[in-house]
Formats: sequence, structure tokens, C-alpha cells
Amino acid sequence: MFNIPFFPTEASTTASRIDLLFFALMGIIMLFTALIFVGVIFFSIRYRRGSRASRKGATSENLKLELAWTIIPLCITMGIFIWASKLYFDMHVPPKNAMDVYVVGKQWMWYIQHPEGNREINTLHVPLGKPVRLIMTSQDVIHDFFIPAFRVKQDVIPGRYTTEWFQATKLGEYHLFCAQYCGTGHAQMVGKVIVMQPWEYEQWLAGKSSGVTMSSSGEQLFTQFGCVTCHRSDNTGRGPTLVGLFGKKVLLQTGQTVVADMDYIRESILDPRAKVVATYQPIMPTFKSQIDQAQLMQLIEYVKSLGGSQSASKGNKK
Amino acid sequence: MSTSGSENHTNYLNDGYGVKSWLLTTDHKRIAILYMISITLFFMIGGFFALVIRLTLLSPNGTLVSADTYNKMFTMHGVTMIFFFLIPSIPAVLGNFLVPMMIGARDLAFPKLNLLSWYIYVLGGIFTLSAMVLGGVDTGWTFYTPLSSGYSHTNVVPTVIGVFIVGFSSILTGLNFIVTIHKMRAPGLTWFRLPLFIWAHYATSVIQVLGTPVIAVTLALVGFERITGVGIFDPNIGGDPILFQHLFWFYSHPAVYIMVLPSMGIVSEVVTCFSQRKLFGYRQMAFASMAIAVFGFLVWGHHMFVSGQSVYAGMAFSALSFLVAIPSAVKVFNWTATLYKGTIRFNTPMLYAFGFIGLFTIGGLTGIVLATLPVDVHVHDTYFVIAHFHYIMVGGAVMGYMAGLHFWWPKITGKLYPEGLAKFSALTLFVGFNLTFFPQFILGYLGMPRRYHIYPPEFQVLNVLSTAGASILGLGYIIPFFYFMWSLRKGKVAGNNPWNAKGLEWLTTSPPPTFNFDKTPVVTEEAYAYPEEDLVGG
Repeated sequence: MFNIPFFPTEASTTASRIDLLFFALMGIIMLFTALIFVGVIFFSIRYRRGSRASRKGATSENLKLELAWTIIPLCITMGIFIWASKLYFDMHVPPKNAMDVYVVGKQWMWYIQHPEGNREINTLHVPLGKPVRLIMTSQDVIHDFFIPAFRVKQDVIPGRYTTEWFQATKLGEYHLFCAQYCGTGHAQMVGKVIVMQPWEYEQWLAGKSSGVTMSSSGEQLFTQFGCVTCHRSDNTGRGPTLVGLFGKKVLLQTGQTVVADMDYIRESILDPRAKVVATYQPIMPTFKSQIDQAQLMQLIEYVKSLGGSQSASKGNKK
Repeated sequence: MSTSGSENHTNYLNDGYGVKSWLLTTDHKRIAILYMISITLFFMIGGFFALVIRLTLLSPNGTLVSADTYNKMFTMHGVTMIFFFLIPSIPAVLGNFLVPMMIGARDLAFPKLNLLSWYIYVLGGIFTLSAMVLGGVDTGWTFYTPLSSGYSHTNVVPTVIGVFIVGFSSILTGLNFIVTIHKMRAPGLTWFRLPLFIWAHYATSVIQVLGTPVIAVTLALVGFERITGVGIFDPNIGGDPILFQHLFWFYSHPAVYIMVLPSMGIVSEVVTCFSQRKLFGYRQMAFASMAIAVFGFLVWGHHMFVSGQSVYAGMAFSALSFLVAIPSAVKVFNWTATLYKGTIRFNTPMLYAFGFIGLFTIGGLTGIVLATLPVDVHVHDTYFVIAHFHYIMVGGAVMGYMAGLHFWWPKITGKLYPEGLAKFSALTLFVGFNLTFFPQFILGYLGMPRRYHIYPPEFQVLNVLSTAGASILGLGYIIPFFYFMWSLRKGKVAGNNPWNAKGLEWLTTSPPPTFNFDKTPVVTEEAYAYPEEDLVGG
């Protein structure tokens, strides 16, 4: 859209919308800066000591003027606010058909898993023209997944999932930066995002795949950790069945209900007694020290594969 | 500092020469000098860290220092500059010196508390300095958890103890100002006759008293979690890392107004004096100061637009942040209007005030960019933010401090500094500042993250420009240091009122006598009652 030197590439659907807003802001800034600079310089020269310009009628009160320069900026900023809020909101609602990619940040690398089973470090391959939703968490401190060419940035936080989405519009390789200071290797926690043609992406997926999808890795873990002995698919186990659970409302012992989203499933694995399902006993042990963040994501992908409410899995919980 | 040259009247400087007469003084003016010396030391230390940062960034490969050292440099640059220089700078030096004088009082309401606040400052400084000497700290001045509370291996605890302690000095100064301004104004000096400098310090004091306890408790909790392992902020042990950010910014955003409000007060004094004109829109200016102090407490969440806080919280904080920009804009318009039909002189303080207006305008307007949610998503934690807040804190707060220092130096020391050299260095500072920080706006929009000691090579040109600017900026600070020192011995005698300024502080001798006024002044006119008559030819 723009070809200005010293300006970053626009490579996502959001980028051009943000830049447009940014240019509008720059226009306003330049206007007001010019107003002030010209005012200060003009008055300083015209009314310098020794100048013969008339000082008659000087006043130090003018309510109309005060109101004008209070209300006009107020209206301008509220206009920006509305424009900006709409865009910000859109940036937090991924399209329904967005494909998920899982990201774990840790000091000091990015570990990325595609549901198809591909894993990569500090590199993210995405197809052109398809919305991608990143589901992210951190294993240690707060990180931030920042792709300047896409104009997206989101903190990656330990103890919960955050998401960001984008739709690439331009083939190429782009910078990936960790934007939240995270200790010694912060500046090395960088990588690239590679935008490919969809068919190239399919080839890449097939070529690099381990052959085991995330959900089947999750299923293996489900057996390996013995989850399957209690969470039986026919609902006869000591724990509730997970079939059809994802995104549904769950009634808890306390009488509250909670939506079985990613954060809930994660919490129930790490801290099972925090929210126990009604009619079940709090007998499940924690798996905190046995399962890492990447495996948790595989388990969640497995639970998702057991069916549930599709809208909840795509809609942002925020 | 203890000589007063050719002055023959008794004043606060020649009223006792011994070390004890300084270290045990309760005279607000001497305490102001103690503060001035201490914050200048911290400014030099913080400036040294900045130098290392800029030199490292000359090369994209970060060859000068290691990653760990670089991380410590920007952390300690932030900690010293913010907690030990900017926050105390104007209130504890110029405010301390001038608040009692401007309201016609003998001293602050609690002179001993005032001295105590300096000792607390020194104690906090010792803790933080020792943390640096012991090997430094690398959490960033923002101390984000769980990095600071669990993962960093550096001296976090002594540093936060230092910041915790120095907070009390800030609270005591604020408390002292509030009581003094309420109870000790000269006869006839009603609220709406107060100079804007006093209004600004009143607003600042409110923030200091209400905000500082929050940062103190927050940092204490970081230390507590670090030592005991009780989960407050680290999610691995049951804490919430975002809670820290809320608490931290609840103070640290208003802290920006602690830095810049007093500067605005100074600019109001300087602009009126060198325009020989009443301040345009006095009441609006006073209300704007208070509005900034109040609204300033409601906008902390704009530091957290990408932190994972809810979209609706983001929107609320964005709207409130736009609102807080309005009183600042009103102030800039009023200063500009004050020039209209004035009789303008271009002395050094006025040049600094112009510098303030220009740079603060850019800093404030780029703040609007940051309040704009989607744009902030892109520029958050990049050099755009660094550039923005340096325009506010250096372009605004420090320019204002320099304006004030040059404006009241003749009053404080009784001596004049060399005007030509001072103008030259004001210009140097302005040019150097813009060359340092303007390229950083571009770097930020290009996507260069902050706190990177290595970076992709395409960012190098702008970084080299920035470092070049910083060397000019450094010169702009070094020259005043020398001519101020020089002026103490060799400067011309200033006289009581070298600028033909209004205000009670100019009625007394320079340097002022120990109790400021021989006789309590009676105020019969509004602030800045410069003659409204035609003064062509001055």
C-alpha cells in the first residue's frame, strides 16, 4: 500500500489498517505541532522586546478560547478512540476458520507445534492468505510474540494461554522478536516467520511431519499417564468423561459453572482440586511436575479432538 | 558551595561554614542544596549507564559489553534516573528552595522532617548503589514478575529495598509541601493568587503522598516472594504476574506526572517573566494541574494493552488516557497564548522553556499514539515508547529543571552565569536531544524492540545517529555544570531581581537570608501582575 523508505513492510490484513490509523494520527500530530511551533515562533519574533508591534488589547482571560481548545481536542481524541477501539476489538476476534498453531516461550527460545505434528524452533511457517491463531504460553517468565511486519504483538504469560491471530498477505521471511524483556538472552529470542503459498505449506507440513499429530501425541500421553483409567469414554470411570467436553459448560461441586476451555483443562491437569466437577470426588493427583507446557498443549488438542462446542474453541474467551 | 564571594549581607550560605552546619541544617534552602548535590551525583551515574548503552548500540552485534552487562546497564540507568534523579529533581531541589519563599514563609512546615527526608534519600541511595557495586541488577527498572521475583540471579533485593526506602523521602517531601501550602501562605496570598509553580507542586505532592505507598508495598512483595518463596506474583507457586503490573503502573504512571508537573510549573513562571505578561488562563492552568494529578491515577492500564488484560479494560484505559491528554494540551495552548502581545526576552531560562514546550508537545502527542489501542499493539515495547517517554522525561522534565535552575540560580547563589555560553549550551542540548531520540521513533515503528543489545543490521544507521546525538546531548549537560561551578567564584553579582520578575522570592536578597524575609510580606495582587501597559522598547 505504501512504499516509504524507513517504513516497515505491511504483510498482514491488520497491518494496513493499523498503518492507516497511524498516518491519520501523524497528520493530527503534525497539524498540532505546527500550530504550536508556528505560534511560539511567530509571537516570539513579533512581540520580541524592542519590536514596535502594538500590545493594545492584550488580555489574559478568554473563556471561549479556553473552551474551544478543550473541546476540539476532546472531540478529536474521542473520534480516534472509536476508530481505534473497533480495530482493537477485531484484532482480538480471530475468524472462525483460523487454523491453530501452538507456541511455548521459554528462556530463550520459541517452541512451536502445528496440530499436524510438525515442530519447529524459532521459526514459524504459515500459509499465505489463511487466518492463523497462535495459542501461546510461557514455561518461565513473561515473553512476547512480536511480528512487526504483521503489526501483531501479544505477551506470552506463564500460567495461562493468550492468543494472537493474523492473516499474511505477502510471501516472504519476516522478523519474529520477543518484545517483553525476559532476562539474559532476551535479544537472542528472535526468529523468523516464513509466509508460503498454501500448497507449499502443505508440502512443507507433509515433508517435515513426524507423522504423529498433536492430538495423537496427546492420546499417547493420555494413556501413558493413566488418565484413561478414570476419564473413560463411556462415563463409567471415577472421573468425568472428556468426550464432547470441550467448550461446554461444566457444573462444579461448589454449584458454580465454568466453561471447559483451554485454561480450565490446563488448570484441571496441574491443579485438579481447584475446580472439581459436581458429583465427583477430588481424588485426582496433580501432574504439575510430570507434564511440560508442550505436552499440555498436546493433551488439550486431544481433548478438543474428542468433540465439543466448536464455537468455544475458536471464539476468544476475552 | 559554602563560599558566598563578595556578598556582605548575612544569608543562608554564610550563616555557618562547618560541615555540621550543613549536615544538621533544618533550613529548606540548605537542604535543597544537599539534594541538588546528591541528585547531580545520581544523574552522572545514570548518565554513565546511558553512555554505555548508546556505545553498545553503535554496533548491531553488541560487541562492547555482554548481554548480562547490557541488561544491567539499562536497568540501573532506569532505576537511578527515575527514582534517584527525576522524581526528587524539581520538588526536592527547586521546590524545597522555592515553595516557602514563593508563599512568603520562613521555612517549610516541618523543617526537621525535611532534613530527615534527605537522609532517607541518602540511605535509599546507599542501598541501591551497593546493589550496583555488588554486581548490579538486571530486571529492567520495571521489575516485571516473575523475572524479578524468581528468575533473575542479580541483586534484586537490595535494589528494591533502596527504592522502597527512597519512597519515604518522596512521601515526606510531598506531605511537607501540602501542609506548608495549606497553612503557611503569607497574608493576602489566596489560593488563586498562588504562582503556578505552587499549584504544580501541590498537585505533585498529592500524587507523591497517595501513589508512593503503592510502589513501596509492591516492591516489598517482590522482595518477599523472592526471599520466602510465598506465591504472590509467580504463577508456578500460585501467584499472578499481571497483578504486579497493575500495582506497579498504578504508581509508575502517575510518577510521570511527579516528574513533569513541577516542570510545567517552572515553565509558567519563566514564560510569564520573559514575556512580562500575565499568564493566559491562570485558573484553567491551575485546574489543569489538579486534573492531571487526579486523572493520572486512572490510566495505568495503558501500559498493559498487550499484557493479556481484557479487551474492555483496554478500551476503558485508552479512553481515560485520551482524557488525561486534554489538560496537558490546554497548558501548551495557554503558554503559547501568553506570548501573544508580550514583551519577549530570549534569556537562557526562556530558551529552555521554549525547548520544553516544543519537546513536550511532541512527547505528549506521541503519547496519543500510544493511547491508540491498535497502534500501541505495534509499537508497544519498541523504541517508539523509549523515544516518547524520553521526550516527556528529558525533553519535558529535565528541560524544565534546566529552565528552573537557570532562572533561580541568581537567587540561589547570588551570582550570574555567563549568558552567552548558557544560551549556546541550551541550543546544544536541544539539538542533541532531538538527534538522539527522534530516530528512535522511526526505529520503533520499524519494529526494533527495546532492551536489545544486539539487533538486525538494518537498524544500525538510525542507532548510530542516535548515539551521535547522545554525544552532543552529553556536551549540553557538561557545559552548564562547569559554568555553574565557575559562576560561584567568578560570576557577576546578581542583585535581588535580575530578570525583573514578579513573585515573592524576588523581593528578598540574593542569596536569601536564613529566614527568607526580614518581614513577612503582604500580598495585594494576583500572580504575574506584570504591568499590562504598552511596554514597547522595554
